[in-house]
Amino acid sequence: MLKSLQIEPEKCTGCLQCEMACSYEATGFFNPAVSRIKIFTFHEEGRFVPYTCTQCSEAWCMHACPVEAIVLNETTGAKEVLEDVCVGCKVCTIACPFGTVNYNQQTKVVYKCDLCGGDPECAKACPTGAITYVDADHTGMERMRAHAAQNLPQDSSQI
Amino acid sequence: MAWTRNVMRVNLTKGTITNEPLNMDWAMDYLGQRGLASKYLVEEIDPKCDALGSDNKLIMTTGPLTGTCASTGGRYSVVTKSPLTGAIACSNSGGFIGNEIKNAGWDMIIFEGISPSPVYLYVENDKAELLPADDLWGESAWETDELIHKKHQDPLIRIACVGRSAEAGCLYAGIINDLHRAAGRSGVGTVMASKNLKAVAVRGTKGVGNVKDPAAFLKATEQGKKVLAENAVTGQGLPTYGTQVLMNVINEIGAMPTRNMREVQFEGASKISGEAMHEPRPTDGRPNLTTNAACFGCTIACGRISTIDQGHFSIQNKPEYWGASGGAEYEAAWALGSDCGVDDLDAITYANFLCNEDGFDPISFGSTVAAAMELFEIGAITTKETGGMELKFGNPKALAWAAEVTAKGEGFGKDLGLGSKRLCEKYGHPDLSMTVKGQEFPAYDPRGIQGMGLTYATSNRGACHLRSYTVASEVLGIPEKTDPLVTDGKPELVKAFQDATAAVDSTGLCVFTTFAWTLEDIAPQVNAACEGDWTPEKMTEVGERIWNMEREFNLAAGLTAKDDTLPKRLLKEAAKTGPATGKVNGLDEMLPKYYQIRGWTPDGVPTAETRQRLGL
Repeated sequence: MLKSLQIEPEKCTGCLQCEMACSYEATGFFNPAVSRIKIFTFHEEGRFVPYTCTQCSEAWCMHACPVEAIVLNETTGAKEVLEDVCVGCKVCTIACPFGTVNYNQQTKVVYKCDLCGGDPECAKACPTGAITYVDADHTGMERMRAHAAQNLPQDSSQI
Repeated sequence: MAWTRNVMRVNLTKGTITNEPLNMDWAMDYLGQRGLASKYLVEEIDPKCDALGSDNKLIMTTGPLTGTCASTGGRYSVVTKSPLTGAIACSNSGGFIGNEIKNAGWDMIIFEGISPSPVYLYVENDKAELLPADDLWGESAWETDELIHKKHQDPLIRIACVGRSAEAGCLYAGIINDLHRAAGRSGVGTVMASKNLKAVAVRGTKGVGNVKDPAAFLKATEQGKKVLAENAVTGQGLPTYGTQVLMNVINEIGAMPTRNMREVQFEGASKISGEAMHEPRPTDGRPNLTTNAACFGCTIACGRISTIDQGHFSIQNKPEYWGASGGAEYEAAWALGSDCGVDDLDAITYANFLCNEDGFDPISFGSTVAAAMELFEIGAITTKETGGMELKFGNPKALAWAAEVTAKGEGFGKDLGLGSKRLCEKYGHPDLSMTVKGQEFPAYDPRGIQGMGLTYATSNRGACHLRSYTVASEVLGIPEKTDPLVTDGKPELVKAFQDATAAVDSTGLCVFTTFAWTLEDIAPQVNAACEGDWTPEKMTEVGERIWNMEREFNLAAGLTAKDDTLPKRLLKEAAKTGPATGKVNGLDEMLPKYYQIRGWTPDGVPTAETRQRLGL
């Protein structure tokens, strides 16, 4: 069963534990600057929004890559960057409509979310459940449940 | 080694920036942040120097756990000599600047001298330069933040800066970072402005790593997060209500300082409480609270983000205040609210916005306004001084006006910027100033919580709740319940809290974790990250060493045991309502015992034996 990262921005507090977990897993340093998941703060609205790769089925980045350095991991569904194949041409960063593939000046290749091989650190690190890793076919399940619950009678004695 | 071992020294007089290695011998004795930067300050400045002169220094410092995944590991502190108290100052802030300094590769930035013209420091990893700030001078902290981001075309820069209050010489100006977090107390922003230093802008991309034992560190920090999540205060109370969870609790036990501490309970407390912030307003149907928010790495997320009703008198026709921003924490809600007798939550939020926008401490400000209101009510201050404003207790318009004039240092705002002590002296009633060593009280009346009287009287930075928060024990039963109305056992309790807090303030972690954590939870995280053998016992010893070092600085600066006291009101005027009815603070019963268990002489001076034991 394929799983997906599910993001619920209304639960995010902007603590950046996900960015630290992501960068630590990838580089061994706590370094939000190279995290593959990003938290955006909308100060005036009082909102925090986590954002990362959604692992498109027909991934623009993968199709755009001229050297086939972005490949599908059949087990996780992740589109993974083969660092030793990537030539740093950055065409994938242009192709991605969401901006979630980025170039790293230090490594001279691109980096993106790879779902940590099927056990994403960001989801484990999130203290509020704003990032979870759930059945890819049912990412809407909790929202459906919440809306369904609105139809329950206020006072259960009325049932 | 969670230290980066790099110290940046910025000489503002000469315009030079140099690097030097962190003194690791001192790090082993003082750990980091509050302790280590205080050691640097004590070694480098004359305690008698003019706090606003060129001989004072200002140190921005991280802790060894700043920038790591330890929960709340994003703290930084500003250490300097305070212009408000003449004592050593250490103001701690969250937000994101601490992590950014650490990520850029620095444990500490030491500022010395005075720049001939306004400048700001721009740091990009190893690269650091002083840039002209003539165009930023005269701008608020919020405008400064926006202008620097625009100038560098980099939204990821983190900025700490001063607002107009600091430039105008307000003695309790803070340093604002990330728009609404602050190194707020003791006038550290006033010192920064006196150096013609407008801002510190940092971009760090190096990462924080090289922890001593990565596997042990991940395990210890995960365990720590679990403890925080499962604790009722840090797991539920603080995320839901923020520190404002305390408003109704403290009011009920009769320890809510009200109307310049004339009373100990506020009839309007429930209207300005954490619970009230969740209630939809009758006017626009929206609650004051928009969301809770976390500082860097914090899994508690007690921060309040608030929105004011657009129809409220304070922001009508001022769209710049219509968006969400940092809302009232308990201390601000108390100082701007019950201490001024104001029960208008949106007026309090507006005043709090202005405290953030122009960088002045809402505790000292609110308490100073409260003193001014009492002076107004007895006729010592009149509408002549206030330009017609009825500066009466309970008047939300007077509060909003006071914040506006203090923010810019205009008219009567200059007087309010003096702080409560100097204001009350100026208008002939020094007894009406609710201060210790010149610093205004926070939100716990020591008639209703006896240990807090000793806490305030002996605090090394003047009246302060964050030096030994015995409220935890006396009210909340953490780590064990003591009776708030008795003095027995309080000297021991205060000493234990003072030492432990000094250690926590030296780690890079937030003191609010100690609602759930003891040093037994913290030491394993420090020990897994840092060289050395960091046991709870060693951390307690480091805390005691820091406390005594700060004390010795203050004694050398000219403070004496006579300054370890409370305003007459709290020692002579009994509480009139609530559980503490008939009580004054029993400081006299606690202070001699406190000196004794500290290993100090009856005059409050550390003995030779104590100094030797602590390696001072």
